[in-house]
Amino acid sequence: MISEQDIWNILSEVPDPEIPVLNVVEMGIVRAVSVAGPRVEVTITPTYSGCPAMKTIEEDILEVLREKHIGDYEVKTVLSPAWTTDWMTDAAREKLRQTGIAPPERESADKALLLGRVRTIACPRCSSVHTHMISQFGSTACKALYKCDDCLEPFDYFKCI
Amino acid sequence: MNTTTRTAVPVGFLLQLADTSLILGQRLSEWCGHGPILEEDIALTNTALDYIGQSTNLYKQAALLDGRGQDEDDMAFHRDAWDFRNCLIAELPNGDYGFTITRQFLYSAWYYLYLQQLRQSPDEFLSGFAEKSIKEVRYHLQHSSDWVKRLGDGTPESHERMAHALAEIWPFTGEWFTPAETELEAIRLGSAPDPVPLRKEWRNLVESVLSEATLTIPEDGFMHLGGKEGRHTEYLGYMLADMQFLQRAYPGAKW
Ligand SMILES: [Zn+2]
Repeated sequence: MISEQDIWNILSEVPDPEIPVLNVVEMGIVRAVSVAGPRVEVTITPTYSGCPAMKTIEEDILEVLREKHIGDYEVKTVLSPAWTTDWMTDAAREKLRQTGIAPPERESADKALLLGRVRTIACPRCSSVHTHMISQFGSTACKALYKCDDCLEPFDYFKCI
Repeated sequence: MNTTTRTAVPVGFLLQLADTSLILGQRLSEWCGHGPILEEDIALTNTALDYIGQSTNLYKQAALLDGRGQDEDDMAFHRDAWDFRNCLIAELPNGDYGFTITRQFLYSAWYYLYLQQLRQSPDEFLSGFAEKSIKEVRYHLQHSSDWVKRLGDGTPESHERMAHALAEIWPFTGEWFTPAETELEAIRLGSAPDPVPLRKEWRNLVESVLSEATLTIPEDGFMHLGGKEGRHTEYLGYMLADMQFLQRAYPGAKW
């Protein structure tokens, strides 16, 4: 008999297609798992409305469920509550930093962002806070592009939303 | 489904939101490969992606409520210009970069304020949609205000072009504050906010950025209306011909 915890463990093997160092559970994309008898239901939520990885994520989840011989399953997508980077665990943040991506700041609802003020983001390589934003929009919808003024390396910052 | 958290939402109102997002997203995506610098190319296409994603969510809900077995692709690709309910501002050609940025700024400021109200909707879908989208629109507003300041308070030429864009676009901003018929119905049903009271707040927000950009906020004069009721500029037909060609020529095509 498969338990909800078993499903969570299985889903922890599914990497995020755009940031493969994190899995879809660490990303906070998997919102709920329910097991009723043989039936498994997984609820996911998109990071961004237009996240092009959502279809791949859904297919990857279906595939891993099939691999584990789960016959009766469904993946549902919900918009609410809206995904926030605040759901990312400290362990996930540390993994991002180690891959050279500055992890998202806490408190996603920062009002200072609105009309052009920019946050101070530490360089994931040398930890310097002398960095500047090159572009609010980076290699994927969820990242901004920064440059370190001390080690001179450009780096991705995982925007908080 | 919990019926107490659902109010009646006219399909036409969902289409008004969805079509504006789709058409603006399609316009912005025309910058792909043409941005003035690589970072801006990426910024505008990321913004386009947000809009197109938002329109997908709205079309899915519209198709569901419509109940005729259509999906989001049918809604986007198999309706004609007169069925589209987008605001006229979305279909205007991109112009130069200053024109695109000015439209983005005026629109994002409006949409940000509007979504804040829509988030209070008793309709579960609409409030969830607004809560999700507002996080994205906040970045669009930040990005476009930043550029309005840089270009407005830039060289004499960039200032001149921004002033010109502002004058050209301004007569299309009144449509947001003039509810169309289905929108009035949604307001009466309690599922949508009344946009009229937002006008003052929007003007204040816009003015604060424009003054930093050394640009003068235009006076309200004649305003173009009709997009939300299906009366469009000639530009929309050409856009749809381009956007819908593949699905029209090969219905249901997949790859
Ligand atoms: Zn550094």
